Amino acid sequence: MPKTTAYTASIEYISILDEQGKFDEKLGKGLITDEQALDLYERMTVCRQLDEFAFKLQRSGRMGTYPQNKGQEAAAVGSALALTPGQDWVVPSYRENAALFMMGLPMHYVLQYWMGDERGSQIPENVKMTPLSVPIGTHMLHAAGIGYAERIRGTKNVVATYFGDGATSEGDFHEAMNFASVLKSPVIFINQNNSWAISVPRDKQMASETVAQKALAYGMPTVRVDGNDIFAVKYAMDDAVKRARAGEGPSFIEAVTYRLGDHTTADDARRYRDPQEVEAWIARDPLIRTRKYLESKKLWNQAKDDTLQERAKTIVKEVVATAEGVSKPEIDSIFNAMFAEPHTELVRQRDTMRTSSLGKDPSQTGLKNTTQNV
Amino acid sequence: MITADLHPASIENVPQPDFSKPLPPREGDRIIQFREALKEAMSHEMRQDERVFLIGEEVAEYNGAYKVSQGMLDEFGPKRIIDSPISENGFAGMCTGAAMYGLRPIVEFMSWSFSLVAADPILNNVPKMLYMSGGQWGCPIVFRGNDGAGGQLGSTHSWCVEGLFANVPGMKMAIPSNPYDAKGLLATAIADPDPVFFLESERMLGDKAHVPEEQYYIPFGQARVCREGDAVTLVSFGRPVNFCIEAAEKLAAEGIECDVLDMRTIRPLDIDSIIASVKKTNRVVVVDQSWPFAGISSEVITQICERCFDWLDHQPVRVNTEDVPTPYAKGLEYAYLPNPERIAEAVKNVVNA
Ligand SMILES: Cc1ncc(C[n+]2csc(CCOP(=O)(O)OP(=O)(O)O)c2C)c(N)n1
Ligand SMILES: [Mg+2]
Repeated sequence: MPKTTAYTASIEYISILDEQGKFDEKLGKGLITDEQALDLYERMTVCRQLDEFAFKLQRSGRMGTYPQNKGQEAAAVGSALALTPGQDWVVPSYRENAALFMMGLPMHYVLQYWMGDERGSQIPENVKMTPLSVPIGTHMLHAAGIGYAERIRGTKNVVATYFGDGATSEGDFHEAMNFASVLKSPVIFINQNNSWAISVPRDKQMASETVAQKALAYGMPTVRVDGNDIFAVKYAMDDAVKRARAGEGPSFIEAVTYRLGDHTTADDARRYRDPQEVEAWIARDPLIRTRKYLESKKLWNQAKDDTLQERAKTIVKEVVATAEGVSKPEIDSIFNAMFAEPHTELVRQRDTMRTSSLGKDPSQTGLKNTTQNV
Repeated sequence: MITADLHPASIENVPQPDFSKPLPPREGDRIIQFREALKEAMSHEMRQDERVFLIGEEVAEYNGAYKVSQGMLDEFGPKRIIDSPISENGFAGMCTGAAMYGLRPIVEFMSWSFSLVAADPILNNVPKMLYMSGGQWGCPIVFRGNDGAGGQLGSTHSWCVEGLFANVPGMKMAIPSNPYDAKGLLATAIADPDPVFFLESERMLGDKAHVPEEQYYIPFGQARVCREGDAVTLVSFGRPVNFCIEAAEKLAAEGIECDVLDMRTIRPLDIDSIIASVKKTNRVVVVDQSWPFAGISSEVITQICERCFDWLDHQPVRVNTEDVPTPYAKGLEYAYLPNPERIAEAVKNVVNA
């Protein structure tokens, strides 16, 4: 028998609004209205300022470690625009703040969380998202399960989950992709390929040419897009959402972008990145690109931008004030969310702490409530 | 490069630790950080044993997420200092095979919290391999990384795995509390033919103390008496040992003298030293930074009750973290962990009862 071809595939790359500001009318028409484009630009700007402010907060000791989103805002807003807040889910990692805000999460939640207060993960009832996931990769399986639950409930809601290039090395990623495919779970896997996982470059993380091709093995539609182009992201996302809502299962989007900042405030990327590489990506900054687009359509000008920057500053200041204004948690609160009803041993531990009676039975000491906010 | 097939049991040409040799003095003026002490132990073993290599996330180019492997890539090259993809299950499993076939991997988990995604290799394979292969395949791996609350990292990043992992037979577990012991215990761990779980703490990596330049090997299963007293025995290991010493110093000013024992290894556990001390003081407080239920402190107290129940003048008491996930907020985290105030409170309640 002669050899035959068992399988061939190719991966499409989508770019609509390119680096030079050239716009592909054919693909881009009707994708994002002018009003929406203005809204996305404003949101990205606010997010960028939030990032800059958060960085300063950390440097002045007012916040713990914080991962800046700088440079990746387009992938977040372009994808979230295709989702319906209150219906669809976002299952995030930590580099898509703008998407969370579009889904309805009040901005101060993210700050409060990174300031070291778990109440920042008490997601408001009308917002369908899971808390930020710091163990790399583990949340993608949750997305597959949430999607399956939506299917079982008979809804048309979809689940978007975000993760980095590094995360695709975790076994969880592969298991999540397989499950979502086999179960036809309405999940959209959004890979923010920013080329780096802390200091590990993409070519040391994987030997495949694209991240997108990993999805081929799981039998799902997959595409690579310019992740700094809100139009390209929205285009791929619309496609994926349509399929998911129609019960056709998961899709994969590789959004090629770049982390303009450090991995987190605990990192200094200058130690391992070529400054020329960073320069090249600064030129592809999604904010600059979107702004140029708006200007070319006479929707934007310097005066408007100045006003926006001022407004963003005010918004961020308010957000920071809200986050910092939250009263410190009560010491007792560590025992409050353990079980539907706390068991006796836990109550005893709490009372021991309240009465400083380690080594004694707290009931013998007479309960003096010394609970404090710490 | 490895030149010959080396069975794990083969120790040709590699000098073995001589535990009969007295340890170098703890006092001196070669003051270095905990992290440097760890690096010295690894580098020394790597120089004399070509089977040893280091793998983990960020260990090479970045010199370690916590700078433990500073300079090691330069010295040993990328074949032996390996930046791994983010794939704990992958590299722990890969090293299982490498160890079975004669290499001596040192696996750095950026945090022990992340070893949970590698539960099968580290708990279900490595410690059982020798047993299940009828003594054919050992797994001389050192798994090391940060354990415990690193300082506001939130509950998923703040695991104390000792309570959970020490339950598994077939492995050893070392938990140093200071730079001197860190070097001597890690040297022993790497030279050890069995799997060793080596638990460090992000909060201690910058701690400084005198550390001898020469390589020395602290035998496993030998506690250190850090302070002598007759009022109560304080048993601890890892970071809280330092809190015990702090509490003991304050209590001494009030006339309460504590015997403070640093266990150094949990498996094997030097129960004889604990019993000897309890027979002297008749009171014991066990300080353990992991959760109370079925943990190390429960084990220690059980063994005390089994071995010297009649010597006790007060029920054994333990100071653990509370039975809740590690809180993220600063004040809550401090209150949740064993700290000098809580230890002193327990001691006073035990002594004044
Ligand atoms: C299971 C696990 N292993 C390791 C880490 C430590 N860690 C945090 S972020 C990170 C790199 C992630 O890179 P990538 O997935 O590309 O996302 P990016 O940070 O670039 O957005 C690593 C190794 C972790 N949080 N969880
Ligand atoms: Mg990345």
